[in-house]
Amino acid sequence: MTLTRSRFNNILQDRILVLDGAMGTMIQRYELTEEDYRGERFASHAYSLKGNNDLLSITRPDIIQAIHEAYLEAGADIIETNTFNSTSLSQADYHLEDIVYELNVTAARLARQATEKYSRINPDKPCWVAGSLGPTSKTASMSPDVNDPGFRAVDFDELANAYRTQATGLIDGGADLLLIETVFDTLNAKAALYAVNGLLEERKLDIPVICSVTITDGSGRTLSGQTPEAFWISISHADVSAVGINCALGAAEMRPYLYELSEKCWTWLACYPNAGLPNALGQYDETPEEMAVVMESFCQDGLINILGGCCGTTPEHIRMFADLANRYNPRKPPSLASGK
Amino acid sequence: MKNIQPTLRLSGLEALVLSSQTNFINIGERCNVAGSRKFLRLIQQEKFEEALQIAIEQVRGGAQVIDVNMDESMLDGEQSMVRFLRLLASEPEVARIPVMIDSSNWNVLLAGLKCLQGKGIVNSISLKNGEEEFLYQARIIKKMGAAVVVMAFDENGQADTYNRRIEICRRSYDILIQQANLPPYDIIFDPNIFPVATGMDEHANYAVDFFRATKWIKENLPYTRVSGGVSNVSFAFRGNDPIREAMHAAFLYHAISAGMDMGIVNPEQLIVYEQIPADLLLHVEDVLLNRHSDATERLLSFASSYTSQQEKEEKNTETWRQLSVHERLSHALIQGVDTWLEADVEEARMAANEPIDVIEGPLMDGMNRVGDLFGSGKMFLPQVVKSARVMKKAVAYLQPFIEASQQGSPKKSGSVLLATVKGDVHDIGKNIVGVVLGCNNYEVIDLGVMVPAERIIDEAILNGVDMVGLSGLITPSLDEMVYIASEMQRSGLQIPLLIGGATTSVIHTAVKLEEKYPSGATVYVPDASRCVPVVEQLLGTNSAEYLQTIRNEYADIRDRYIKQQESKQFISLSEARNNKAISTWVDMHIYRPNKTGLTIWKDYPLDEIAGYIDWTPFFKAWEFEHSYPAILHDKKVGHEAKRLFDDATQMLHQLVSEKWLTAQGVVGIFKAHSVDDDIEVNDEQNRLIAVFHTLRQQNKKAPGLPNYALSDFVAPKSSGLQDYIGGFAVTAGLGIEKKLTEFASQHDDYSAIILKALADRLAEAFAELLHEKVRKEIWGYAHHETLSNNDLIKEKYQGIRPATGYPACPDHTEKQTLFKLLQVEKNTEIRLTEHYAMWPAASVSGLYFAHHESKYFGLGKISKDQVNDYARRKHLSIEEVERWLAPNLNY
Repeated sequence: MTLTRSRFNNILQDRILVLDGAMGTMIQRYELTEEDYRGERFASHAYSLKGNNDLLSITRPDIIQAIHEAYLEAGADIIETNTFNSTSLSQADYHLEDIVYELNVTAARLARQATEKYSRINPDKPCWVAGSLGPTSKTASMSPDVNDPGFRAVDFDELANAYRTQATGLIDGGADLLLIETVFDTLNAKAALYAVNGLLEERKLDIPVICSVTITDGSGRTLSGQTPEAFWISISHADVSAVGINCALGAAEMRPYLYELSEKCWTWLACYPNAGLPNALGQYDETPEEMAVVMESFCQDGLINILGGCCGTTPEHIRMFADLANRYNPRKPPSLASGK
Repeated sequence: MKNIQPTLRLSGLEALVLSSQTNFINIGERCNVAGSRKFLRLIQQEKFEEALQIAIEQVRGGAQVIDVNMDESMLDGEQSMVRFLRLLASEPEVARIPVMIDSSNWNVLLAGLKCLQGKGIVNSISLKNGEEEFLYQARIIKKMGAAVVVMAFDENGQADTYNRRIEICRRSYDILIQQANLPPYDIIFDPNIFPVATGMDEHANYAVDFFRATKWIKENLPYTRVSGGVSNVSFAFRGNDPIREAMHAAFLYHAISAGMDMGIVNPEQLIVYEQIPADLLLHVEDVLLNRHSDATERLLSFASSYTSQQEKEEKNTETWRQLSVHERLSHALIQGVDTWLEADVEEARMAANEPIDVIEGPLMDGMNRVGDLFGSGKMFLPQVVKSARVMKKAVAYLQPFIEASQQGSPKKSGSVLLATVKGDVHDIGKNIVGVVLGCNNYEVIDLGVMVPAERIIDEAILNGVDMVGLSGLITPSLDEMVYIASEMQRSGLQIPLLIGGATTSVIHTAVKLEEKYPSGATVYVPDASRCVPVVEQLLGTNSAEYLQTIRNEYADIRDRYIKQQESKQFISLSEARNNKAISTWVDMHIYRPNKTGLTIWKDYPLDEIAGYIDWTPFFKAWEFEHSYPAILHDKKVGHEAKRLFDDATQMLHQLVSEKWLTAQGVVGIFKAHSVDDDIEVNDEQNRLIAVFHTLRQQNKKAPGLPNYALSDFVAPKSSGLQDYIGGFAVTAGLGIEKKLTEFASQHDDYSAIILKALADRLAEAFAELLHEKVRKEIWGYAHHETLSNNDLIKEKYQGIRPATGYPACPDHTEKQTLFKLLQVEKNTEIRLTEHYAMWPAASVSGLYFAHHESKYFGLGKISKDQVNDYARRKHLSIEEVERWLAPNLNY
């Protein structure tokens, strides 16, 4: 059954939904080589492709499939497509901007195959595919050139075009909802929301959209300098189904910002932190047990509607989160007294 | 359930939420080319930085929203709007507050909206060109996310009476709510503030009508807001600021009373209503409230006589200006203020011995404080960027002095190539490094951000630089640096590689990078203030010594890290148990033995055993690291190896024919099942006769790889299946003492060692032989097996025979259980010493597992939780377990 916004709302009224965990750090475990990334199809591509994880949806679908299934097995209700960098802007780093539509369609299909398989196994437990739209590698609010603060490496229209192509691919491939995530510059996110909402309107689609911010350091700001509340106000026009906070920090460091969003947002709220702060070598090492303690306190305090993990989290983490989701009631968002 | 008030919410970097408690919102008006000649001039001359200063002053003066207007026929409005808004975004003090994009040109409004990270205000749209355009624009604004000012303007013109005002506002409201679906709290009405006291009678009631319309809007159009351009009202008194300021203050007083929420004002010039002199106020209010038909005349005559005696009080010199020059420079850097920068830098330069001391002293101190504040979350990135720009200006000022002081030695001391690595756009730190190095007479080639490895290497070679500096902030950049280091190695570079940036660390450099680039030096630079000493030493005469110190230091860090890390990548015992090797057990994978119980061999024929010898370990015993038989033909050691092999085979013949040694063995197969990591052994009547305690791998595994324990290879009790386990003990060393004594008396150590090695090989060969018998006959699960000796050596058979004390089961005390079960001492004459070593040494004992998925593995390191659990299961003290498993502890 299609996941409409109203169905999504009904489900979230009843229970906490579980999002999956990391894709990138799970892929890292396979210690893939340049050849794995290239496959036969891109064997003669003129540029290095190692590290282009999104490409694996085409060249190593077995791995992506296995990760999706591991998360579903662990109890995730929603799995994310392997498309965090599948915009023409990010793929330009690999000179693969021409295949972004295909990347998104393929990744969404892969994820969809996994959810359909698990829906057959367990028809009573629906599961869905969230099309992942990452922040891109460029920022529309800040200059990469310290000598020219007015310079921009990307503008709103370029971002909106890139996101539109990505969202089209994700929807054509079967994504049940869209997740604009790891927002470090709200102007990028606004362009994404503009593109996504425009597309949904044109196609007369009624699917949920989630927008998730990342607070990058102890200042409590996004990379581009916004507070969580300012972020929320900046996207409040877009009528998203849920607002989220993910990545960058571990769960414990996230609490004040999660709390702030919980107080201010009249939408559902998602939280999917990293497995702690990266250590000196950039690895995440918070165990499922350690992380679950913090996540449980969030559930206890009624701050959670959607629960999951970001960098460094694994199916073992998600398994514990799924258990929390079963045991706790979901957050009741404040209502916006009708202004009409 | 909590409620959230529907109200106007705006944002820049911070939120601005209007509530019932919110006072009047000042919208700074001076960034308006139509209203400020100075601003227009600066924009026309493209002096954007100075224009920006006007915005800063507005904020400092109390503006809570900043209005930006570029409507001037000589300007490209779209381009100027975009350029200025982007600059505003880089100025955190201003970017903090929401922006009001002010234009009568829709394209300029749209271009402006596309630059706003926060939720701003569009000023304005109206029904001027009909409903269709109005609706179209409103819908786009809704999609882009902004509040909107709606001017009281329709197809018939601008509303200038009370009735026209409320009629147009009502109509606009209905269209916006019903057709554009705009939330009412995002609508702000501008019911037109027109000049009064113009001498025209029809203008006399403008202010009053505005007040009344405002009141009506607030009462009839719920949740909406009212705004307006206040200075319009005093347009007639241009040039007489005291009168204008009094008019603004009085106008606002009445407008706010009527419900006006916000206004475009010059916040720096706002005076307080109560402070307006009484006589002036009387005349002003007469005009605003249209109280007398000659009110305008009276105000005009009063105004001409009214001279403002009191010159505006000089603005207090800001207190930080009283500080020492060192402190002032720090303050300027932290606040990003460059107003007095040149004077302060000059003052510092005069006081310093060398111009460079200003950089290395106060300026670097200031930047360090910026770094500390950023690190502790008290500054955020856009502020740091601003500080860096001030730093750059200070350095630019000093540059000519530095060059002059170096008296005709313009030759650079060295060249450094800098780049932020591929996938990363963060370059503030890198830019600061570039500035600092540049100031220290190094040539800096900055490749910018997102630079691929190939380009870094090409440019480094092309420019013949002395070293390369890499920067990165996000964690994937760490891996990219590893790749670059290995590529530098591959391309034959030997120049030093410097590493810096927020997520980099000395540990990462030492552990992951240094070894990838052995032909050059890899050095971690913790912050920009350290780059000069590092570069100096790398290029100096003692560079070799310096490098050695660094290398030693990194080697230490690496060692410590590896030790520490070994304990880190472990999972809990319960997690490990959830990751067992064989998840599903079916009956068809279990093999009922042909014969259970013990089988004993006394004096097994040695010649048969000899056929099973694996010679490679024999050579290993002599410290040859080559495999047999290739070793016999090895160019370097082949000759020597051949001689040894001939001697050994000759002794083997003699040993067999003269029966120097006796081989004995026992094998037993029993009913068994596993319970977690234990294997319970039963007799034929299903009575428990022994328990083997196995240990489980606890290191974190790649997906799909299990955490093995030997117990995994026996069906769990819970499966209800009847499984089996085997055990064995063999020796080929009985009688060796006599021969060894003989050799010793002849001082023939060579033969003694060969004999010992041969006895070991025979014992192993005997174990191999019996294992084959077990597979094919006694247990019989592989009776069709046909494997050559070479295949046996390569362990191609099904099932395993792990030996106690070896990697899969390192606990020697388990031999006790095995010996008891097989009655080894009685059946084979092998004895266990008090330390559980077997005598004769040429003995082997172990277990048999038949499952087709059973395999050899190494236990690796285990954690304290397993040690505790194991001690409990074995009824031993934790200390004793720790003593036996010392090499396997991860703590």
